[in-house]
Amino acid sequence: MTIITYIEAINQAMREEMARDQKVFVLGEDVGLKGGVFKATQGLYEEFGEARVMDTPLAESAIAGVAIGAAAYGLRPIAEMQFADFIMPAVNQIVSEAAKMRYRSNGDWNCPLVIRAPYGGGVHGGLYHSQCVEAMFCNIPGLKVVTPSTPYDAKGLLISAIRDEDPVLFFEHKRCYRFIKGEVPDIEYTVPIGKADVKREGEDITVITYGLTLHFALQAADKLEKDGYSAHILDLRTLYPLDKESIVQAARKTGKVLIVHEDNKEGGVGGEVAGIIAEECLYELDAPVKRLCGPDVPATPYNGVMEKFFMLNPDKVYKAMAELAAF
Amino acid sequence: MGDSRTSQVENKHKKLGLSDEQVLSMYQDMLLVRKIDERTWILNRAGKIPFVLSCQGQEAAQIGAAYALDKNKDYLCPYYRDAGVVIVFGMTAKDLMLSSFARAEDPNSGGRQMPGHFGGKKYRILSGSSPVTTQVPHAVGLALAGRLEGKDLVTFVSFGEGSSNQGDFHEGANFAGVHKLPVIFFCENNKYAISVPYSKQVACNSIADRALGYGFPGISVDGSDVLEVYKVTKEAADRARRGEGATLIEARCFRYMPHSSDDDDRTYRPEGEVAEEKKQDPIHQFNHYLKEVGVLNEEKEKEILEWVTKEIDEATEYAENAPSPAPEDTLKHIYAE
Repeated sequence: MTIITYIEAINQAMREEMARDQKVFVLGEDVGLKGGVFKATQGLYEEFGEARVMDTPLAESAIAGVAIGAAAYGLRPIAEMQFADFIMPAVNQIVSEAAKMRYRSNGDWNCPLVIRAPYGGGVHGGLYHSQCVEAMFCNIPGLKVVTPSTPYDAKGLLISAIRDEDPVLFFEHKRCYRFIKGEVPDIEYTVPIGKADVKREGEDITVITYGLTLHFALQAADKLEKDGYSAHILDLRTLYPLDKESIVQAARKTGKVLIVHEDNKEGGVGGEVAGIIAEECLYELDAPVKRLCGPDVPATPYNGVMEKFFMLNPDKVYKAMAELAAF
Repeated sequence: MGDSRTSQVENKHKKLGLSDEQVLSMYQDMLLVRKIDERTWILNRAGKIPFVLSCQGQEAAQIGAAYALDKNKDYLCPYYRDAGVVIVFGMTAKDLMLSSFARAEDPNSGGRQMPGHFGGKKYRILSGSSPVTTQVPHAVGLALAGRLEGKDLVTFVSFGEGSSNQGDFHEGANFAGVHKLPVIFFCENNKYAISVPYSKQVACNSIADRALGYGFPGISVDGSDVLEVYKVTKEAADRARRGEGATLIEARCFRYMPHSSDDDDRTYRPEGEVAEEKKQDPIHQFNHYLKEVGVLNEEKEKEILEWVTKEIDEATEYAENAPSPAPEDTLKHIYAE
């Protein structure tokens, strides 16, 4: 076991998969010589050369679309969107093309493609370098949406995404890149897509979350422990398709559920999670399902005071958890 | 008599390296897709198939271009009118009819997509969708993959002149230009994007002019002349295989039919326009040429027409009686199983 950062885990996953399989290659803006604006692809250009670590023209639809063509051929492209906020020009390619390739060709063609996109706020990024855009991709059969919150999951899930036979949108929380460190095995391992993970065992309330807010929930849970309540925390890890079984199991465990995400509330992934719980185990609940989410405003303002207001933090999460525990 | 006439006409196809058998087979393919197209309109009007997208008027462009490619190693990203392109790469009348009837056996999509949404791995045709021009970056990606794998393949991507306004055309062409990728961008300019004429779509004289911005050649060719289209496409394919990069070709065509079976082109086309354009019918032109050079005669022509008719009759009957997919098949092929 070695302790590395979240972004190092992502870098390692790409490096190891590129070394293992000649068909894996990276493309995107600034991913080559510069090693990415966040340095996620640092060192890959030197190790694998220009042809496999490709700086593309600044055009997101082409990055996705070219990757789709290469994936259909049988290669394993990892396309980088520099910021999730800039994925919008590529949405047609992702939704109309990558996600539907297998279905529309009756299983003849497929698209083993990974699109990595740094998302989330708390980095003074303003409206267009902070957004959580995951919910809009969580209604697209054919696509898989993954959001790791720890270095272990980031590496294991990215390797699984690269090996997956279908397109995977891989959202990396920017605030986690260097803020979150964790143990990662020295030997090869993978983390399965489509499986949520219990990050903390508890008896009194269940928190279901993903990404940066998982860490807020873990911190809040320590504080709540001192109040005499133990929190059970489920990390969704894959947002689409959701791991319904683990969600229902986690809800049943305590009968009190708080869903937490940075993305805004209305139309967010939390609504779907709440829907699953309502459908499967409503009568086993001891309290209404609560959601703590980002406010329903278009995006995170640049101003520090406003950004702080917008973002969740361990205190806000603690407060919501304590309220539910006392219900 | 034949000798005295043929001596006066230049044999263009021999100069291009095409044998008499090859040009006859080009002619047969042109006639086949025209007649399939005509049949599907009848089937549509008879209420037997829900939808038709037509290739009529564009056969020379499509078949001339496809013959210039290598169907054993090149890839196609065609657009919805390209029956003539896909037939050269191996699709059959039966395949097209199965698609028109949306049958389980349809090799394009198993009845999932509308007709004209071609695809088939065994034919090296990447599956396409309805949002136009999305296939352009795919062709660039296939070319990039071929290069990474050390193959000398060429990818061929086609689209209409209206589609050349889409961002994906620009983004894909620019990408191919920067990385000198072996792609043939083939615009079938049929002068209408559904109802909107060329003058309201594009302000430059020719779609080929757009190539200047991407750093590769742009060539405009008479899309009713199958041999001219073959010639420029062959040059583009040779360039691409030599590692000299992409080419944009504009084939100037005409669309004889409405945009689709749900469109009425009388509401936007000047009266008499189609009749005037039909005087340049690519199939008649080629028929005339082949007779002039002594490759085609009345007997051979009859033989070809009979074969085509039989092929389409059999395909229609087969497809009409072929089973639909099972209802539950709707749930298949979302992810790898």
